[in-house]
Amino acid sequence: MTEKKLVYLSGMHANQSGRVVRIEGGAGLVSRLSAMGIRPGRKITKLSSMLLRGPVFTQAGSTRLAIGFGMASKILVELDES
Amino acid sequence: MACHGARSRIRKRGGRKSGLKKILLMGNPNVGKSVVFSRLTGVKVIASNYPGTTVGYTQGFMKVGDKMVEVVDVPGTYSLEPTCEAEEIALEMLAAGDAVINVVDATNLERNLNLTLQLLEKGIPMVVAMNMWDDVGHRGINIDLKRLEGLLGVPVIPTVAITGQGMKELVESLPLASVAKLPPSSHDERWAAIGSIVEQVQQVTHRHHTWLERLEDASVRPLTGIIIAAVILVGTFLGIRFVGESLITYVLDPIFEYLWTPVVLWLSHLLGGAGIIHSVLLGHIVAGEVSYVESFGLLTTGLYVPLAMVLPYIVAFYLVLGLLEDVGYLPRLAVLMDTVMHHLGLHGYAIIPTLLGLGCNVPAILATRILESKRERFIAATLISIAVPCAALQAMIFGLVGARGIQYVAIVYGTLFAVWVVLGFTLNHVVKGFSPELLIEIPPYRIPPWRTVLQKLWLRVSGFLREAIPIILGAILVINILHTLGVFNAIANLAAPVVTGWLGLPKEAVVALVIGFLRKDVAVGMLAPLALTSAQLVVGSVVLAMFFPCIATFVVLLRELGVAGMLKAAAIMVTVALAVGGLLNLIL
Repeated sequence: MTEKKLVYLSGMHANQSGRVVRIEGGAGLVSRLSAMGIRPGRKITKLSSMLLRGPVFTQAGSTRLAIGFGMASKILVELDES
Repeated sequence: MACHGARSRIRKRGGRKSGLKKILLMGNPNVGKSVVFSRLTGVKVIASNYPGTTVGYTQGFMKVGDKMVEVVDVPGTYSLEPTCEAEEIALEMLAAGDAVINVVDATNLERNLNLTLQLLEKGIPMVVAMNMWDDVGHRGINIDLKRLEGLLGVPVIPTVAITGQGMKELVESLPLASVAKLPPSSHDERWAAIGSIVEQVQQVTHRHHTWLERLEDASVRPLTGIIIAAVILVGTFLGIRFVGESLITYVLDPIFEYLWTPVVLWLSHLLGGAGIIHSVLLGHIVAGEVSYVESFGLLTTGLYVPLAMVLPYIVAFYLVLGLLEDVGYLPRLAVLMDTVMHHLGLHGYAIIPTLLGLGCNVPAILATRILESKRERFIAATLISIAVPCAALQAMIFGLVGARGIQYVAIVYGTLFAVWVVLGFTLNHVVKGFSPELLIEIPPYRIPPWRTVLQKLWLRVSGFLREAIPIILGAILVINILHTLGVFNAIANLAAPVVTGWLGLPKEAVVALVIGFLRKDVAVGMLAPLALTSAQLVVGSVVLAMFFPCIATFVVLLRELGVAGMLKAAAIMVTVALAVGGLLNLIL
């Protein structure tokens, strides 16, 4: 069995994809993110991020979202094997 | 139509034919509710390609069968758990409606269905408009509408609001709006239900990226993003200057010079060249020369300022802004600006109200409703009303200060920008609370049809003509009356120590500050006959821009910030304006 690699969305490289494992935030953040298409089990791709801990630009389903760095540091992702 | 069978089945199950009075247009942000609204009611509202364009609600009427029904354009919301003021408004509206048209972005079915199911759980009669239906094919998406209609238990109508496709069918389906009451479910249950619906009705085939999509990605990568932003910024500035100046030089100035001046001179002759009526209507006319800027008559300055000085820049600004809005660039700018804006106590999305403020502060302050916290709204609204000059004010600054040399215009803008940065930085440290983080949907770029761009431009320009011209004429009338009564001297003498001693302006400039409360463009115009030095003109323009909001902005600030917030903001404005004006006076 291959070892699963877990990283936070903020720490992913551009163009890496994975599946959301969990959101380490309060109920408010969890429901807000899930309403916008980010919740455990969903496939997510990081497209790019701004310098200096700027927002992270992602795609989940057909929705593209810009997520603040702090929020992105609470989204744990299991990387796809490449 | 393919889904006819499904619809007649729904009618049997739960359709209702009468009792429709108020229909709500609800859906996720940026799915095209406002465009649907305009199509249904004929009421024109501002629609753009970014989430959060609509922050209040607009009502209109349309005919369903032989009855007039009220339609409400509700701000977009991702769920029925509000996260900002605009979403709270959406939730409040829900209680008042008899039926909902749930506008869905067909290219984003899964995420949109979250709200659809939540609405169905509320047990309100509903019809689903599958909007942007023309885009579905381009994106390699295939949706089985008949199946979806069956699964949701309410009519589903494909629409392309921007072209009007499907609007007739949508209206016809309204009497069939049905209640498909679902039991309230938990988040997980709902997402599971959505997952199963999407799996049954939607197929996505892979296809290659278009050039527009490549540009989409490039504009939010750090390096290419900044280059693109710089190009757009310079292009925007040059575009506005070019359109504005061309309109003035080739259209409006000639109209006034060759067509209106003879009329004014004829009138002047008719009125005997002097007297109270002459000076109110035409101002002072010296030796057959009409000075449209300095004469301050209703038919001279009163028409020239709004039509020949301000209007060209209003047209130019809103043309360029409208293009940026409709293409979908603004949310990307918000992403690029996010890190910077956090230092000002805001997040990147606050750049959108700020840009709107360069047109008019009133819609800008309303647009701060897309920000999540009260603290952000206070900071954003204060910064806008103090350091973001509206297009009318800017046109006058370009017209009057620009005549002395572009370097003076640069000082005015540089000062306002510095105030924006320093004040934002200070407020971020002084105002309690924290600034929430950016979380926004980035819409795809769309190429807007010219017709919609021009329609929106006309909506804004006619709004300016309707709202500004009466106030400008009123302000000039008030100036003339006060002048005749000698009231100005009393005010001027009272404030002379500050205005003359500290700001280095002639005491008559006080009058401009007072009139600034009515219209800032007229107020800057009042500086023209005072024979100011270039430095004085710069100080005067800066102080006028910052000192106090115009009456329209004042009313909105009061409503949005409350009395206490407004008082705080006003105190900041007066203090900072005097401090900065005095400093400029010392330096220049």
